Amino acid sequence: MSDDVKTGSELDPPELEAADTRVGEPDSTTHAAGGAGAAATAVSGGEVVGQASLWSDAWVELRRSKLFLVSTFFILVLMVMAVFPGLFTGADPRSCSLGNSLLEPSAEHWFGTDIQGCDYYARTIYGARVSMLVGIFVSAAVVAVAILLGSLSGYYGGLVDSLITRVTDIWFAIPTILGAIIILSVFDQKGILQVSLVLILLGWPTLMRLMRSSVLSVKEMDYVQAARALGAGDRRIMRRHILPNAVAPVIVYGTITVGIAIVSEASLSFLGVGLQLPEISWGLMINEAQGRVRNDAFLLFFPAAFLSVAVFSFILLGDALRDALDPKSR
Amino acid sequence: MGRYLIRRLLQVIPVFIGATLILYFLVFAIPGDPIRALAGDRPIPEGTLNVLRDRYNLNDPFLVQYAKYVGGVFTGNFGESFRGREVSDIIAQRFPVTLRLGLLAFVIEAIFGLIAGVLAGLRKGSFIDNLVLVTTIAVVSIPLFVVGALAQYVVGVRLDLLPIAGIADGWQSYVMPAFVLASLSLAYIARLTRTSLSENLRADYVRTATAKGMPRSRVVGRHALRNSLIPVVTFLGVDLGNLLQGAIITEGIFNLPGIGGEVFRAVRGQEGPVVVGIVTIMVVVFIVANLVVDLLYAVLDPRIRYE
Amino acid sequence: MTATTPLASPPPSPTAHLLEVEDLHVEFRTRRGTVNAVNGVSYTLDERETLAILGESGSGKSVSAQAVMGIIDSPPGFVTSGSIRYRGTDLLTLPERDLEQVRGAKIAMIFQDALSALNPVFRVGWQLAEMYRVHTGTSKGEAREKAIELMDRVRIPSARERIDSYPHEFSGGMRQRVMIAMALALDPDIIIADEPTTALDVTVQAQIMQLLKDLQDESGLGLILITHDLGVVADVADRLAVMYAGKLVETAEVHELYRRPAHPYTKGLMASIPRTDQKGTRLSPIVGSPPSLMRIPPGCSFHPRCSYRRDNCKTDVPPLYPVGGGRASACHYAEEVMADGR
Repeated sequence: MSDDVKTGSELDPPELEAADTRVGEPDSTTHAAGGAGAAATAVSGGEVVGQASLWSDAWVELRRSKLFLVSTFFILVLMVMAVFPGLFTGADPRSCSLGNSLLEPSAEHWFGTDIQGCDYYARTIYGARVSMLVGIFVSAAVVAVAILLGSLSGYYGGLVDSLITRVTDIWFAIPTILGAIIILSVFDQKGILQVSLVLILLGWPTLMRLMRSSVLSVKEMDYVQAARALGAGDRRIMRRHILPNAVAPVIVYGTITVGIAIVSEASLSFLGVGLQLPEISWGLMINEAQGRVRNDAFLLFFPAAFLSVAVFSFILLGDALRDALDPKSR
Repeated sequence: MGRYLIRRLLQVIPVFIGATLILYFLVFAIPGDPIRALAGDRPIPEGTLNVLRDRYNLNDPFLVQYAKYVGGVFTGNFGESFRGREVSDIIAQRFPVTLRLGLLAFVIEAIFGLIAGVLAGLRKGSFIDNLVLVTTIAVVSIPLFVVGALAQYVVGVRLDLLPIAGIADGWQSYVMPAFVLASLSLAYIARLTRTSLSENLRADYVRTATAKGMPRSRVVGRHALRNSLIPVVTFLGVDLGNLLQGAIITEGIFNLPGIGGEVFRAVRGQEGPVVVGIVTIMVVVFIVANLVVDLLYAVLDPRIRYE
Repeated sequence: MTATTPLASPPPSPTAHLLEVEDLHVEFRTRRGTVNAVNGVSYTLDERETLAILGESGSGKSVSAQAVMGIIDSPPGFVTSGSIRYRGTDLLTLPERDLEQVRGAKIAMIFQDALSALNPVFRVGWQLAEMYRVHTGTSKGEAREKAIELMDRVRIPSARERIDSYPHEFSGGMRQRVMIAMALALDPDIIIADEPTTALDVTVQAQIMQLLKDLQDESGLGLILITHDLGVVADVADRLAVMYAGKLVETAEVHELYRRPAHPYTKGLMASIPRTDQKGTRLSPIVGSPPSLMRIPPGCSFHPRCSYRRDNCKTDVPPLYPVGGGRASACHYAEEVMADGR
């Protein structure tokens, strides 16, 4: 083994409670003693108390969790907003008339208008599309890469592990915003695809390390040894025993990553190195608003509020998932 | 422990080379001739441009360029910007601003974060716990630049409490930017401390300490806290690198003349040497911070030393 | 640094037991319901006596011991009734500060898994010396010397060299000795050992039990041994109390119990031990599993698994019937069980 399982350098804010499960003895809190597919029946004097498995237990817990319900509600609303913005507003965010520049919120323009005279409400609604797209795309890709590389690295160890870890360390050493600024300066076009790619490139190391350390813990568990003793091959062990159990913290953090990706995109757009006009992004809108905060504060508040709610929901969801998947917090 | 240290140091070298190589590549090997851009529309003979290119090693093959640069770095020579200033001068001038900002933010996040986290962790489920939980999530959700813009507006413009731009007002100018910069990490530290403490309070060794007849204050303050702070302290170590990054945004919003703002300006202006110079420093800080954290972790948790 | 102050209590009567637990009830209030962990447990302990409390996981044996020490997490755990008298004083009525002086100094506890029970970030010597520094205000240097003495007493070799080691640097058996040393530090009257050997190898188990016995002979302390392992108990205990579903179902002197169990559960436990002369035949476990402590069966809590079951067992809760010779059994048909022998 080249590295110890957990090193302090694996933390990268805002990496929330997913990190907590890794610190300390390798008895990761999200691993059920019986494996994902394992069910335990309890017979007490003839009365069957019920079947239990990590994921089905988690689902029961989730359904009851207020955090989960609230966050899922917001996320669904935002997703609908992204796909069908027309449901929320009839106005066209791009039909602007300079004569209407910088109007205060009113009955006709709920959020007022921006400096070009575009309906601000419409722009805010349409802004959801970019954020959700980037957020979910980046997170999904990062999770996929992380699961693949992390399990290979954690399970096979040796040379494969050393190689993958070294590459990960290199990319991890590149600070996110800084790296993004530089990489994006290379591209001529800065569309959703480019920004997403950059975020994926800079974001996968954190999740990959998480997956790897998770796999390392699970690998040592008794049920894996038992499966191996029973003659199960590598692929089967990976698929049925290691993956379902190791993946829990990654799923939790993957949800939070959506929030992080949304913030990163907005930050980059704010700085002017991400999406450019005429794309509609909350980050861009806040950039424009910043200079005018004295007189037209509403320009700042609306996109800021939507942005915050979006990120908030995903982080909340991640928290809810983590609580549900943690057998110790029952 | 010594062997562990040496191993980690050796691992650092390929990482440093890899990261700086990638960044250097992006800045210099990508098409775009900065010399010509510098020349702009002025009709400067090609010969002169070539001399300039030579001076900045731009005619050399990429890897040679890189090697020369890294070699220079180790002797403190970060080259010259395309406008003729010594990059090391630029860095020396601007770094102290960022340093002050970063240190102040660090102190703020450590103190407030720990206090909030301990209070919440001790009284899990109580009002203060929920308060801390909700506020920290809220803060973490709001992007740094939004917090900055909002703070500027509310505290600076509306309430007129603190200066909102520049460093003209001495240490006061750093207060709001430092709080803004610290905000995200503060929230995270509070949550981390809270979780860590409440988990440790349920641990077996706490039960043993109580069974030994130790007063509650000692059980919590000595036994539990010592273990709980391990992840927090290691996070604080890593955060040094992150604060440096956050400085880019914060300096931009509050118009502070630090290296964060400078690197941003330089990328825009295609000032390759300046970008690379500052980036190298940031990567080094990042790597060193991670290294220190790893070592710190081994110091704090005796179980890790046996690797 | 607190020096021990005498407990403000009336002088104990000469016939008072060292420890007397009477009708203890402990429940845990959780989101999913109330767990009745201990339902009316009573026992006594005298000096130089070893009482073994036997039971499976979930029988409530550990919880009752934790109640004696006062270390139950509350919430969600609550002692709802009963008394725990140490030398005549009811510990349940003492304020926390007084309890802190009793714990460790008068009544000490040894836990099952020393690796998790010891603080991983403090050296072993520090944790041992802490007993002296905090309870009796001893200086650091003196406390350290005493810690080395303690380690010698529990037969840890090279004590002086190992005093600055961390818990994870010891083997399981040595770690358990450290736990025992910590418990012994202030010469307590009572030591409660909660499954002290469960996590250890068989040979090490024997050593640890022998150590406990020797220490008891040396100092005359009372020992409560909590275990699920019948084998460990036979050599060491004087009396046995068997627990099931939060209640005591049988108490007896140890050899009597082995010869003629008076309760179907005890009988079942005896029968389920694999014996060398059984080779080649099937094992005979007790059918079924212990009940969930949230849904304890009515009447006799063992009745669903009992081969002696009659109709009244489903409805009438059996008290601890005396069955002669200082023995007691919570079974309506105890004489029948006894008569059937092993």
